Amino acid sequence: MNKIYFDNAATTRIREEVLREMVTNLADVYGNPSSVYKTGREARALLDKARVQVANILRADASEIFFTGSGTEADNWAIRGIAKSYKDKGNHIITSNIEHHAVLHTCEYLEKNGYEVTYLPVNSDGIVEIEDLKKAIRPETILITIMFANNEIGTIQPITEIGKVAKENGIIFHTDAVQAVGADEIDVNAMNIDLLALSAHKLHGPKGVGALYVRKGVKLEPFIHGGKQEAGKRAGTENVAGIAALGHAVELLQNEMQEKNEKVLNLRNMIIDELLEKIPYSRLNGSREHRLPGNINISFEFIEGESMLLLLDMKGIAASSGSACTSGSLDPSHVLLALGLSHEIAHGSLRISIGMYNTEEEAKILITELEAIVKRLREMSPLWNDFINKQ
Amino acid sequence: MYTEKVMDHFANPRNVGEIKGASGIGQVGNARCGDIMKVFLKIENNIIEDAKFQTFGCGAAVATSSIATELIIGKTIEDALKVTNKVVTEELDGLPPAKLHCSVLAEEALHAALWDYAEKNNITIAGLKKATECSHGCHEH
Ligand SMILES: Cc1ncc(COP(=O)(O)O)c(C=O)c1O
Repeated sequence: MNKIYFDNAATTRIREEVLREMVTNLADVYGNPSSVYKTGREARALLDKARVQVANILRADASEIFFTGSGTEADNWAIRGIAKSYKDKGNHIITSNIEHHAVLHTCEYLEKNGYEVTYLPVNSDGIVEIEDLKKAIRPETILITIMFANNEIGTIQPITEIGKVAKENGIIFHTDAVQAVGADEIDVNAMNIDLLALSAHKLHGPKGVGALYVRKGVKLEPFIHGGKQEAGKRAGTENVAGIAALGHAVELLQNEMQEKNEKVLNLRNMIIDELLEKIPYSRLNGSREHRLPGNINISFEFIEGESMLLLLDMKGIAASSGSACTSGSLDPSHVLLALGLSHEIAHGSLRISIGMYNTEEEAKILITELEAIVKRLREMSPLWNDFINKQ
Repeated sequence: MYTEKVMDHFANPRNVGEIKGASGIGQVGNARCGDIMKVFLKIENNIIEDAKFQTFGCGAAVATSSIATELIIGKTIEDALKVTNKVVTEELDGLPPAKLHCSVLAEEALHAALWDYAEKNNITIAGLKKATECSHGCHEH
């Protein structure tokens, strides 16, 4: 086990109290929520409670929350469901080129099935330009799907402005908020969000549970056919303990959001400032201002990301990289390339994602170790040696 | 995903560095692919007296460079040519499929350094072909 975990954007450690309650529920509340007798009613009550808890953090109504098996499923359902339900109105979808694959690959699937998709570029800060969005709108545009916050570079999109444009043009707006829930204020009404995807394991809940918010009045095809669970739209006996755990995790997070985000933000700023100061030829990727409190994505020139991860791992530190070597493909992350970074700089990227369990002491260890690791890899790098010899 | 052998060569790479006044230098790969290997050879009387490397790349790239240099030191040029990507991979107890190209890169870096040596000395080495840049499959897509 890694002693120091700085990969909270990949997943988070489940909260002690959430885990304990989940295990108790699994053991004791084993009834089927669709059954009329007591243990069934108890299970139903857990679902009802979780629905209210999730609705609260989004300022939505409980009837607008549908539980799913993951954030990925919620994104798939939103995009494919709207495409199907609004087919008569048009076949055009607008998204961005920095979306998570849950959105990108769903859009690509729709392109193969008669839909047209515009992939908006981002500026060098990793933010979608509202003017580009306005220009991309056509009479047949039925859906705008743009993520709330990016999982790699942590940039927060101008969601309120996007919602306004969508509303003015009568277009449905879905946002993948998997990284944003609990990290930024969300108000689906004030922001004109029609659908929103979230996932439990990113907010100290269990893996394999997600939710989709669907505004009242928005038509959405059922995603899984079968029984009448989730208002007949997502059949299958519910993951009761997991859903209850999602609700529990969300509620705890909501109560301490400000405090947690402040702590995380302070650590982030300290790490960014020290790394940029101590390590020459390094750069922060993505806007510093419009950024999740816990995200750092930094490139170190002349070295490659996977080597950095392996050396960090040997020191008990977990992080991630946008290098091709870590993705199983030969191309580095599409998000880093969308910023306009060269392949070389993208290969040398490191994502440090901070969570509520990280401490200042851990941050200090990370900085010290990373400084030594970058130095070591540069000394081994032909690019660095060429660069130094030319000085 | 990596074997103990790979991790050992990655964590404690042998022969990192450069040789001043090397008999042959070969560099293959490019930053676009994410791997660059540079091999320096010191050759005397047809024997590889010393080999050093510099590598930009993932764990497998470092490990393959390390073991390849280790395997060729003390060998004749002819025997060094027998250190193929297959040999390198076997010596490391295997590589993940996505990283096999790193072993190809190690072989190519060695060949490029030998080619440089041959050119500088106006000799031909039987069985040695000029390496093309990044022929290990980087631009397949
Ligand atoms: C932005 C974003 N969207 C979607 C997902 C997918 O969520 P899940 O892992 O619950 O399927 C993730 C996490 O991997 C993510 O970061």
